[in-house]
Amino acid sequence: MSTDEFMPYEQAISLFEPVLGLETHVELGTNSKMFCACSTSFGSDANTQVCPTCLGLPGSMPVVNRVAVESTIRIGLALNCSIASWCRFARKNYFYPDMPKDYQVSQYDEPLCSDGYLDVTVETGEGPREFRVEIERVHMEEDTGKLTHTGGATGRIHGADYSLVDYNRAGIPLIEIVTKPVAGTGALAPEVAKAYVTELRDVLRSLGVSDVRMEEGSLRCDVNLSLNKAGDPWGTRSETKNVNSLRSVERAMRSEIERQAEVLSTGGRVIQETRHFHEDTGRSTSGRSKEQAEDYRYFPEPDLVPVAPSLEWIEELRATLPELPKLKRTRLQDEWQISAFDLASVVNAGALELVELTVAAGVDPAAARKWWTGELLRTANEREVELDALGVTPQHIARIEALIADGSLNDKLARQVFEGVIAGDGDVDAVIAARGLAVVSDDGALLAAIDEALAAQPDVAEKIRSGKVQAAGAVVGAVMKATKGQADAAKVRALLLERLGVSE
Amino acid sequence: MSDLIRQSAATLASAIAEGEVSAVDVAQAHLDRITAVDERVHAFLHVTAESAIAQAKAVDAKRASGDTLGPLAGVPLALKDILAMKGEPTTCGSKILEGWRPPYDATVVERLRANDIVILGKTNMDEFAMGSSTEHSAYGPTRNPWDLDRIPGGSGGGSAAALAAFEAPLAIGTDTGGSIRQPASVTGTVGTKPTYGAVSRYGLVALASSLDQAGPCARNVLDTALLHAAIAGHDPRDSTSINAAVPDVVAAARRADVRGMRIGIVKELSGDGYQSGVAQRFTEALAILEHLGAEIVEVSCPHFEYALGAYYLILPSEASSNLARFDGMRYGLRAGDDGQHSVEQVMALTREAGFGPEVKRRIMLGTYALSSGYYDAYYGSAQKVRTLIGRDFESAFDQVDVLVSPTCPTTAFKIGEKVDDPLAMYLNDVATIPINLAGNAAMSLPVGLAPEDGLPVGLQIIAPPMGDDRLYNVGAALEGALVDRIGHLFIEEAPAL
Repeated sequence: MSTDEFMPYEQAISLFEPVLGLETHVELGTNSKMFCACSTSFGSDANTQVCPTCLGLPGSMPVVNRVAVESTIRIGLALNCSIASWCRFARKNYFYPDMPKDYQVSQYDEPLCSDGYLDVTVETGEGPREFRVEIERVHMEEDTGKLTHTGGATGRIHGADYSLVDYNRAGIPLIEIVTKPVAGTGALAPEVAKAYVTELRDVLRSLGVSDVRMEEGSLRCDVNLSLNKAGDPWGTRSETKNVNSLRSVERAMRSEIERQAEVLSTGGRVIQETRHFHEDTGRSTSGRSKEQAEDYRYFPEPDLVPVAPSLEWIEELRATLPELPKLKRTRLQDEWQISAFDLASVVNAGALELVELTVAAGVDPAAARKWWTGELLRTANEREVELDALGVTPQHIARIEALIADGSLNDKLARQVFEGVIAGDGDVDAVIAARGLAVVSDDGALLAAIDEALAAQPDVAEKIRSGKVQAAGAVVGAVMKATKGQADAAKVRALLLERLGVSE
Repeated sequence: MSDLIRQSAATLASAIAEGEVSAVDVAQAHLDRITAVDERVHAFLHVTAESAIAQAKAVDAKRASGDTLGPLAGVPLALKDILAMKGEPTTCGSKILEGWRPPYDATVVERLRANDIVILGKTNMDEFAMGSSTEHSAYGPTRNPWDLDRIPGGSGGGSAAALAAFEAPLAIGTDTGGSIRQPASVTGTVGTKPTYGAVSRYGLVALASSLDQAGPCARNVLDTALLHAAIAGHDPRDSTSINAAVPDVVAAARRADVRGMRIGIVKELSGDGYQSGVAQRFTEALAILEHLGAEIVEVSCPHFEYALGAYYLILPSEASSNLARFDGMRYGLRAGDDGQHSVEQVMALTREAGFGPEVKRRIMLGTYALSSGYYDAYYGSAQKVRTLIGRDFESAFDQVDVLVSPTCPTTAFKIGEKVDDPLAMYLNDVATIPINLAGNAAMSLPVGLAPEDGLPVGLQIIAPPMGDDRLYNVGAALEGALVDRIGHLFIEEAPAL
């Protein structure tokens, strides 16, 4: 598939300076589409959420969704943008079967929001570093339909036996957020890109304007990259699409740096093109060349009137902005009394909100952090899913912590409960019941196990009796093993010492 | 009541309301007339006889149950085939839409139904409203009832011919650069292009969205006003529709009083280039208006000379985009779908087979005008001209209440005469185009027959945006004076067919 050569990353960065840029598409979570009243809900039967307007039937006309405009303005405000007092939609003309009208209603030279920024923090060996990513524009447009190509090897339109189009997605409000080129990140370019998309996702989530799920496509990212030698003008950029996770943002950028560096240092020329990222290989393949730029023949959409938000309206919307993630992090660090490093590990794990909700469910902050950034993060990584996709809720953790506190569970059992919950065996109590995971708290049973262990290790028993209390560990371990971990180790130890008539 | 087909809409409506005649009889009389003459005229592409009779029956039932009927209830109407009518063919005069039946009603159609106006069928037109003769219909030309060898105007030649052939007393047209007014002029009928945004465009298949406007057509000014009132008004489904009260056009048509009004003639629309009989009847009409108590003044609109050029950049640009959707993927014609062609090839073959030469010409022009590197010079400049023409009108309407001009330079020309000469065809609309560019309201009404050929001559009245009532006031006054003079409407002199 790919015959590209790659230069090792460290070497690439020592030779070239990367300039990155990100174009992010966000599906808004409005109830109805951008220009008609059709539902936007996900997963309905094909072509059931359509009307003359989103099918582009002859004679149909668009009407702008007010909530979509409000969401866009709120996004613009959260990203420190200027909000246009007057702007228009434009038609982007090109033929494709997923486009009902063979033009997309978008915005061209008159975006609703422009000139903002988003500050992001990247962890480095020398502590956290902040970067300002400047936002060029935030504009509104409509999504296209969804094509499914059947037959053929590639799943793409060329070579397919036939293709099906589902227009349910056509007309869903999309917001495009475009950064200005970001230079000066050096080796940190991939981390900056990932941190930007993460921060942007958190901002959008806090605004409640989108469910921002990369895996479902409600947040899509194109990664632009060029390399230049220090002091030289910026190089030719490529645009990598199909970057469908935060991890992929980082990998795609790293891979593209390695690829372009190899091209440039072997006398080649970077082609301005669209590339497709492949999750499995971590590499991209060349798509459509943009050398002859497609001419979209933009012109102002004559079926719509200009959008001209009043200052009063903009201020009303500003007043609805929630606490933005950066401020929230500062507050939570304070409330949880943890270091910046510990907070960063929670953030990097994508666990901030989960920990916050878990604390709100009554769990001690330290315990909440321990579970989400420890056991659960490990499991999520193993399964290559996001934390919130594990199926574990803050309520589950609250229940488990309560059971630990009253002695019904210990940490080891708790981990087994999580396994059950993640496996889909039900909630905490259901898993405990099904797997018989309660702590053995019957003294008689424990004493019997202790006696058995002492009988098996008479020398150890003697040592303990003679005052070598530290030898008790071996007996406790044997008891825990005999009870398959379902005993409270501290209690076993206390019973053992009592049995042998020794004190600590 | 005898000779139902020759009655005015107002007369028919009151006869139906009074029980002197049934709506079914009225509808049937017109359907019979269509059967008798339309083979020669070819005003209709599709006659909706069954639904027309059903609608008429519902009107009669309403009356029988004592319901109050609207001012046009039971009156038949011919609908231009560019408006979506649920379940009925809507071709826009194009092969590419052959077989398509819209799943929805245009807002205009909804309002016609709500007013109990009986829709007889869909009328012929130049393909996608591109033309001034109806010769560019993919389904063959419509003929002018005054002379079957002549064109009925265009693009709405079918609607105008249906009126002049007494196949319907009311019709709906659409006007992007004169497609209501020029056909009215050459068929001796009345047609109004309302203020842009006064009538909803929802369900009107777009030619050039910023210029298109549906409007009423009839054989006299009052009937036109009644139909105007029935279809106009704000529609939330059309963002460009005006959210304001519709001017009272019916009251204006009944007032018919021009005393003290200032009526302007546009210097740039006078002078040479008019057929002698056209110029003569126009001058006579001015004298009548003056006699009725209006003051005639000359105003200048210096940018009108650029109107045609700007129009033929803006219209094709918007049309090239509006017509992109006809690609064979979702409805209408599909060519080359034999498993041997790629999707791009099927789109190209469909458009090659489905569009006629005039449509292709304008799509090419528009695609070129919008192209990167040419946009500013063409589309951009045209928009500036448009602004200047709007200012010309504003300054003219600071001086006068309405403007008047001949609607067209000539009477109806012969079929085939200009069909191969696009520029000559385009020049037909030189007086009507500036109105669409500025979004004003305008009406054409007959002011006589040209002595040299005996064919109708139209006069255009122009009003500022939302001044539609002025058209009806002036139009009705002029029409009344002309009827006083000869004892009937000019349309009465049309051949019996």
